[in-house]
Amino acid sequence: MQPIKERRIEKDGIIFHFIQSKKYKTVNLVAKLRSPLHKDTLTKRALLPYILKQGTKSFPTTEALQLKLDELYGAVFSIQGGKKGENHIITFRMELANAKYIPEATPVLGEGISLFSEFLFQPNVQNDAFDTMVFEREVDTLKQKMNAIKDDKMKYANQRLIDEMCKDEPYGLHVQGYEEDLANISSKDLYSYYLSIIQEDQLDVYVLGDFDEEDMLSKLSNELKRENSHVYQNEVQTFNVTEPKEVIEKQNLQQAKLHIGYRTNVFFKDDDYPALQVFNGMYGGFPSSKLFINVREKNSLAYYASSRMESLKGLLFVFSGIAPEDFEKARDIIREQLTAMKEGDFSEEMLAETKEQIVNQLLETMDHPQGLIELLYQQVIGDKELTPDQLIENIKLVNKEDVIGVANKVQEDTVYLLTSKGGQANE
Amino acid sequence: MNKQTYDYIDETIYSEKLDNGLSVFLLPKPEMAKTYGIFSTDYGSIDQTFIPIGKEEKITVPEGIAHFLEHKLFEKEDHDVFSDFGKQGASANAFTSFTKTAYLFSATNQIEKNVETLINFVQEPYFSEKSVEKEKGIIGQEIKMYDDQPDWQSFMGTIKGLFKTHPVNMDIAGTVESISKITKDDLYTCYNTFYHPENMILFIAGNFQPEKMMEFIKNNQAAKSFDKMEELRREYPEEPREVAVKNHTINMPLSVPKCTVGIKESFEELSGDAFLKKDLLQHMLIDYFFSKGGAFYQELYQQNLIDDSFYFESTLDKNFGYSLIGSNTEQPEQFAKKVKELLLSTNTITFDEETFNRMKRKKVGNLLRAMNSLEFIANKFIHYQIAGINLFDIIPTIQALTLDDLNQFAASWIEEDRLSVCTIAPE
Repeated sequence: MQPIKERRIEKDGIIFHFIQSKKYKTVNLVAKLRSPLHKDTLTKRALLPYILKQGTKSFPTTEALQLKLDELYGAVFSIQGGKKGENHIITFRMELANAKYIPEATPVLGEGISLFSEFLFQPNVQNDAFDTMVFEREVDTLKQKMNAIKDDKMKYANQRLIDEMCKDEPYGLHVQGYEEDLANISSKDLYSYYLSIIQEDQLDVYVLGDFDEEDMLSKLSNELKRENSHVYQNEVQTFNVTEPKEVIEKQNLQQAKLHIGYRTNVFFKDDDYPALQVFNGMYGGFPSSKLFINVREKNSLAYYASSRMESLKGLLFVFSGIAPEDFEKARDIIREQLTAMKEGDFSEEMLAETKEQIVNQLLETMDHPQGLIELLYQQVIGDKELTPDQLIENIKLVNKEDVIGVANKVQEDTVYLLTSKGGQANE
Repeated sequence: MNKQTYDYIDETIYSEKLDNGLSVFLLPKPEMAKTYGIFSTDYGSIDQTFIPIGKEEKITVPEGIAHFLEHKLFEKEDHDVFSDFGKQGASANAFTSFTKTAYLFSATNQIEKNVETLINFVQEPYFSEKSVEKEKGIIGQEIKMYDDQPDWQSFMGTIKGLFKTHPVNMDIAGTVESISKITKDDLYTCYNTFYHPENMILFIAGNFQPEKMMEFIKNNQAAKSFDKMEELRREYPEEPREVAVKNHTINMPLSVPKCTVGIKESFEELSGDAFLKKDLLQHMLIDYFFSKGGAFYQELYQQNLIDDSFYFESTLDKNFGYSLIGSNTEQPEQFAKKVKELLLSTNTITFDEETFNRMKRKKVGNLLRAMNSLEFIANKFIHYQIAGINLFDIIPTIQALTLDDLNQFAASWIEEDRLSVCTIAPE
């Protein structure tokens, strides 16, 4: 196993990142457009991926586009919008079969790169607007997507928890945008907004696989060009929670969702971030964690009970699916586990095991092409150069005091319960 | 130990059938950090009626028992296997499908130790009345979680519509009522019958030395004794070729309706070449028509009958097979009508060489891409092995398919009485 080497080149307003690896049978291209989260632009950014992936100038219909992708040995392409801390990121991904493994000679790489850059710079546009049919159709798609959240109880409960917890913060914005804003966007507006971000958003392009770097750079810089470059920094904010909130909502359902949000006040760029990762692992990150053992195994209250952290915004979430009548019991057990962590009520053995599991998890993520690129991008978006290999070293150095230290920074902010109409939760 | 090299994809596989009947496959991938191990038995939710090992009379066990057994193997008299793996820096998991139960881990170090833990925990059951009762609470919550998921209800609803008597029409986890009947003795009966090494496959892929690993596994197995396995006799009811119900609706709390059209692809036992050919052609056809570039997808999209949630999938297993085409849709009736109409029109379509070549390329490219993943290789290898097929022979088989094969298959692919529609509608 080789250490990961990333070569960064800034050219024509784009930051290129090249990573060589012989692990994969494919070459991966990823472009990321980054902008701060704003209510004014969010719905436009949520809509863009749906429209852009329908076609390009040379391949204006999904049919023509798909035929081209099939011809390139089933190349896979996707565009997605997402929230990372208080940034909105639009990610373009393409995965191409490495010509090495294809029995006949093929220009799959060169043609793949051209198509990739067309997605970014030459969308399907007429008269300075996106194709009207596509536009209208995808407005409907996004609308349905907004509505469908209600049907996925786990996602819905997450969204509602964040609504309550981050009411007046950009992070509280819904990543799929808002129906009332959608009504005010025209196809022309949207295209002119896209023209502005393709020039002004921070643009990072990753290439991962077994490829020739000089050839790749010349191919890419022929195709990808822009006038400006822009690099953003995050504004981080720490919080002191005076009184935790409790919100109970009722619906017609079988299983209650108990989701709890915390402020960690620790960020990716902080020195105690590795300790927070270890804390999360011990609290609810693994099947050997306190939450899994105590909520599920010892008390048989849930099928799932786990925690996950948001490293750019300094948040931590606990998720569990429980019988409605078990709400108070489950909430109290979850609270007891946090208290135990703050008091250092865990063994050195558990600490060592959790560290090893996190290292294992990181190494596994690095075996996966998209996983590795996301880990590398974490440094860009987290305002700190800390390679995955260094992060692993830092995790290994975390000791018991470090974990107790971060545990005591963690504050419960909001308890959110989505429960059944006939449930017995006391209000 | 057999060694087989596949030059065209740079893979070498080592295999051996041990004295006790266990089939072992090793795939060294020294460039990966990770090792993935999976220990799988040819036993799933459909294996409900069988003659227990050493007995004469057939029995029928409660629905959901294979999945229940999977949960219970992780718990031992004085410890929990998740934490054993955790201590060794590994993460473990398991799944039960219609036809298989599999236990797996991934780790980046202590590989032999983790392989040993995997084999031993699966081969050393410990079931007690008390722990069986406790598990009923946890699995009860798992079932309730699925009850609230419209996607799962839509999937199972369609399967129930397609199959009249075949036990694939029962929920893998069973029902709260059926699992309440499960006893410790039932678990031992199923375990002793289906977890015999003769009925199991061990597949390890990743970063290890194959000769040493095989030696290690052989020594582990030689130290254990198993009863002689006679022929395993399971029984499945006779399944008619036509669907159970042509059309049915399930009501649940929901905002956007869902509709799925199911194709009953197979209802009798298949293996070897016949299995693979059908498997490939059925997947290639549905992909050709319903993937984004496909003509059918285009029609559904343009008529506003589908949104971003549109999906299709196809499965062929030992004695059943189905394809599903579904979406969230405001017009479930029109969606179903259109999909059926499109499907029925395929009988008269004749493919040309160019189209078929593009279909083949796409299939090859997709397989190569999927082979980046150790999990994919190991899981699919086992899946095909049980059907008498070698995963690494599939790419050459695709290349050898002829236009005649495709046209013949397409002509009889769809028959109206093998189609079933399931709608999930708001209450």
